Amino acid sequence: MSHAGFIFAAYAMAVVVLAGVVGWIIADGRALRRRLADLEVRGVRRRSDRREEQAT
Amino acid sequence: MTKKAFNKIADGLTEAIAIARGEAKPAHLSVPSDNPPPLKRRGIVPTTPSMSLVDLANPTRFLGFSQRLLPFTWAVALGLLAVGLYMAFFTAPADYQQGDTVRIMFIHVPSAWLSMGCYGLMAIASLGTLVWRHPLADVTAKSAAPLGAAFTFLTLVTGSLWGKPMWGTWWVWDARLTSELVLLLMYLGLIALWQAMDDQGRAARVAAVLTLVGTINLPIIKFSVDWWNTLHQPASVLRLDGPTIDISMLIPLFVMAGAFTLMFAALLMMSMRNEILRRRVRTMELTAAGLGA
Repeated sequence: MSHAGFIFAAYAMAVVVLAGVVGWIIADGRALRRRLADLEVRGVRRRSDRREEQAT
Repeated sequence: MTKKAFNKIADGLTEAIAIARGEAKPAHLSVPSDNPPPLKRRGIVPTTPSMSLVDLANPTRFLGFSQRLLPFTWAVALGLLAVGLYMAFFTAPADYQQGDTVRIMFIHVPSAWLSMGCYGLMAIASLGTLVWRHPLADVTAKSAAPLGAAFTFLTLVTGSLWGKPMWGTWWVWDARLTSELVLLLMYLGLIALWQAMDDQGRAARVAAVLTLVGTINLPIIKFSVDWWNTLHQPASVLRLDGPTIDISMLIPLFVMAGAFTLMFAALLMMSMRNEILRRRVRTMELTAAGLGA
């Protein structure tokens, strides 16, 4: 294969960039869910959740 | 028109306007309560539950919908990617001029299409923010910007890795390359703008205006190769007289484009889910601060 170094470098960059984006989104989601769970443990509720609790 | 029919249409319009203003929810989204809202008392709540755009505009509904759709989207995207990579390396022939470097096109071209498509999506979302104040519009625009930046960066890097062996240079300030670089700078600017403002509602409106102004760059990128004398070759797929690429290379290109597009869709849904959670966390933290919790 001619110019194999350029071709594999391009595909490697695609893997690095896309894997980086996926990893960042997953890590961000996990951190947010942890913060959300922590707030719920402390008894903090969203206004809509409080309305639902009052209704039931 | 009978009086009964007229009243029915008027009631429907009243309800639609109330839902659009956020003053009421469709009946199947309403929380059961002993004190029904005024609209319900007036007997204008639809009796048949149905899935509509209004339902998807509800962030909670979107979270449920996207959770069901994500595994399917990822499965199809990865399946297409596997097929596309096999075709790119094992069935597509080397080009008679470019040789094997044509295989870089199978990731460069889909990335370039997505870099522009993502900006187009952000422009539509910006209209949603400014005109309709759609609840998910600014969530979409904010979530799409880093993805657009990633695909634009990938376009520039893979193009550069193709340019060195074919043109003899990593970079040249021709109109196509420069306008694509401007697109990357615009994405980075919008990301910085979102991060710089605490008031997300205000940031959404400012970013929406800036995004709409920036759409002028999209036709410049697309037609730069026709309007100016550029080193970058003219369009070879999206042409009025049809593609000039042989079918043996066109099919792998479309398979890879499908895979990239579905990956983008999946990443956008994941990112939007995160943004909805981020706003919930922020609201709850403000509530906690107010309560001294």
